[in-house]
Amino acid sequence: MKIRSIFYNAGQGIKNIGRNRMFSIASVATMAACIFIFGIFFSVVLNFTYIIRTVETNVGITVMFNEDLAQSDIDRIGSAIVDRTDLVKEIRYVSADETWADFSARYFAGHEDAAEGWENNNDNPLANSAHFEVYPNSIEQQDELVNYIEGLEGVRQVNQSQQASTTLSSMNSLIATVSIAIILILLIISVFLISTTITTGINVRKEEIGIMKLIGATNSFVRLPFILEGILLGLIGAAIPMVIVYFVYNSAISYMLGKFSVLNTFMSGLLPVNAVFKVLLPVSLILGVGIALIGSLIAIHKHLKV
Amino acid sequence: MLTGRSAQDELQVLRERKCNTEEYMIQFDNVTKIYEKGAQPAIDNVSLTIHDGEFVFIVGDSGSGKTTMIELMLKELTPTKGTITINDQNLNKLRSSQIAKYRRGVGVVFQDFRLLKDRNVYDNVAFAQRVIEKPGRVIKRRVPEVLTLVGLATKYRSFPKELSGGEQQRVALARALVNRPKVLLADEPTGNLDPKNSEEIMELLDEINTRGTTVVVVTHNREIVNQMQKRVIRLRKGVIVSDVEEGGYVED
Repeated sequence: MKIRSIFYNAGQGIKNIGRNRMFSIASVATMAACIFIFGIFFSVVLNFTYIIRTVETNVGITVMFNEDLAQSDIDRIGSAIVDRTDLVKEIRYVSADETWADFSARYFAGHEDAAEGWENNNDNPLANSAHFEVYPNSIEQQDELVNYIEGLEGVRQVNQSQQASTTLSSMNSLIATVSIAIILILLIISVFLISTTITTGINVRKEEIGIMKLIGATNSFVRLPFILEGILLGLIGAAIPMVIVYFVYNSAISYMLGKFSVLNTFMSGLLPVNAVFKVLLPVSLILGVGIALIGSLIAIHKHLKV
Repeated sequence: MLTGRSAQDELQVLRERKCNTEEYMIQFDNVTKIYEKGAQPAIDNVSLTIHDGEFVFIVGDSGSGKTTMIELMLKELTPTKGTITINDQNLNKLRSSQIAKYRRGVGVVFQDFRLLKDRNVYDNVAFAQRVIEKPGRVIKRRVPEVLTLVGLATKYRSFPKELSGGEQQRVALARALVNRPKVLLADEPTGNLDPKNSEEIMELLDEINTRGTTVVVVTHNREIVNQMQKRVIRLRKGVIVSDVEEGGYVED
């Protein structure tokens, strides 16, 4: 196929869109709705994943030791944990003194004399509270890491706090499942509408196609305008919602970060629009063109016997 | 008025394609076409040879198999039995990917003209070149030439609905000729025309033939067949019942 023929057929494809205006608008609108919903859910899922990651980094496992365990044994436990680089992202030793300092700062704030009273009676009321804070590589590895640490000699207790991240994880899965279901339904409708649009175009141009075949047009030449028409519909159907999602997303994060400052403080905020669009834009365009191509090819296969 | 090479130049180009009556252009070898199993053949064991540069009428009543012959020659149909060879190509052996290229060597016009109503005369003719991917400079040169040849150089901007039936058939002829086919097939080319326009179209076909193109005209127009005094092949129920050089239209 020569370049000039591609231009000629692209022109024919654009004319086809004009000729079947109503069907073209319906196809683009459905495609746009599909890609819009995809864009919104994609942004939400991406942000949830981002938040979960942030939360995960703040959720550690606390490893408590047997009473009066020698420092050398504590070091041995520490080395055994550090060795599991496949599971462990970070480990921090918190001594009994640090624990007491943290405790008293949190619970005796403004009543320092009371805290001193405790210290006078006993050197450190939390003498056996030295511990490791261990952070797994990912939240899914937490159970495995806990089992491993519990098996180490000298470990009295392992505390884990999974609630926040598991709640977010299950919410994320729910959103992903619902969005996939809605997107799938819309995808099927889009394919059907594109296919109908192209079929109408083929029917309108039946006589022209017949003449083309009789005067020696190749099969690919006859098919090309309809494929290009489909691709064009797909691109328009993907581009329009991307522009809308861009502005909606931008306004939404500004509003949410302004309204719920906790998001900024504890979760390092939400993903900026450019970070989301770096992935969302190419995925949406590919999705739009892909759907359109499938719709075009179905119509061509069924109605364009060349 | 379109500019370009004159009709005389076009004439010269076509004359260079020497009429060689020794070689055949179209050959049917025991060809049978049956549309449905058990049905009567549309074409029944037909054998014929049409030489390069010949002008041939195929005549017969409705249902005699005339249109089937045209469709077989255009490779729109495949024979049930027998072999068709046109322009040195065995049509039975053409793969689907080769059909397009084969058809570029065969021009065709129909009773109903089959012009694109949304395009003007120039674009209708240029269309035949565009679909076989000819460069723009070739299209700009050839379309005016061929429109001059059919006498429509001044009407290149007109749309089909603005033209008479005879003029529309001239546009269809120009479209069929623009790719310089070796064979021109005309299926009832005067079927929708009055006697005067029919005569003019036949004169044009004759002129095209004198320039070296093999012309096959399927018709049941007795007047033009009698007037032209060309070879006449008469079909009846799919069988050739007569084949006469410089013949006339013989009724059954």
